[in-house]
Amino acid sequence: MNAPERIAAQDELVIAGKPYRSRLLVGTGKYRDFDETRRAVEASGAEIVTVAIRRTNIGQNAGEPSLLDALPPSRFTILPNTAGCYTAEDALRTLRLARELLDGHALVKLEVLGDPQTLFPNMPETLAAAKTLVAEGFQVMAYCSDDPILAKQLEDLGCVAVMPLASLIGSGMGILNPWNLQIILDRLSVPVLVDAGIGTASDAAIAMELGCDGVLMNTAIAKAGDPVRMASAMKLAVQAGREAFLAGRMAKKPYEAAASSPQAGLIAPAKKA
Amino acid sequence: MSAPIRVVLNGAPREFPATLTFSQLIDELALAGRRLAVERNGEIVPRSRFHEARLADGDRIEVVMAVGGG
Repeated sequence: MNAPERIAAQDELVIAGKPYRSRLLVGTGKYRDFDETRRAVEASGAEIVTVAIRRTNIGQNAGEPSLLDALPPSRFTILPNTAGCYTAEDALRTLRLARELLDGHALVKLEVLGDPQTLFPNMPETLAAAKTLVAEGFQVMAYCSDDPILAKQLEDLGCVAVMPLASLIGSGMGILNPWNLQIILDRLSVPVLVDAGIGTASDAAIAMELGCDGVLMNTAIAKAGDPVRMASAMKLAVQAGREAFLAGRMAKKPYEAAASSPQAGLIAPAKKA
Repeated sequence: MSAPIRVVLNGAPREFPATLTFSQLIDELALAGRRLAVERNGEIVPRSRFHEARLADGDRIEVVMAVGGG
């Protein structure tokens, strides 16, 4: 792939015309409490944070804190997702509710699952939902399999970002098929973000070194021993991976060592074999 | 004087002594001031219409909020 094509003026991540400085997007699930959520999100430097849409607990204490108090939409771009939806229809209803909840906010994460064991995306339903959402004016960031043909179809339907999995949601198994990701990166023009499967900082760095435009993760931070510290590690990893990608790595030379120090001037010259 | 109405609220049956507006429903549920969205029978009820739109017998109502998630 041709690196300069993906470099924005100040290397911002541009999604649906809006620039972001951070290429790390984070979820807000699985934290101990909203305070830990807030501290981890702040340490990650993320500007876009995902939230789920769920039934309000009826009859609960009125003073119960709310996630959007900890992460105010005035400060963060809130990305409502459709996690837990297994049909296009459920995803559509969820995101219409989200748009009402967030005062007309159009940027959404579409995720239609195929089965509860793997949480693998149901791509026919994802494509059907994407088509309707785009027609209704949503800006769709679509979680998808790492199939280059289907990823391209999502772009062609008008999704503003395509987000293939690295490995199963919450598995922490890292990038299982970098070659598929590479094909997707080569063929799509919208931002491609790895979503799901990141386990630790090196996974995020590898995703960025491949040329991904960003990384979205939740469990890798929330279920780390020290979530706030891991959030910081992920921020650095995404930055490091991005810098390495932009710098362009050296060529691999699998059968040939090349010393970094001069061959000449050794006090005890190596014997020729 | 209106008759009692039965609705399904967030999946659970619920009875109110008389019909009420969505504003009144939100007050009744002690959810006033919270950021939420409401769907009735699969259609969004915009917050701007809460004061005039009324529940009807048999409605299926969903009241949702944002929670932590990936």
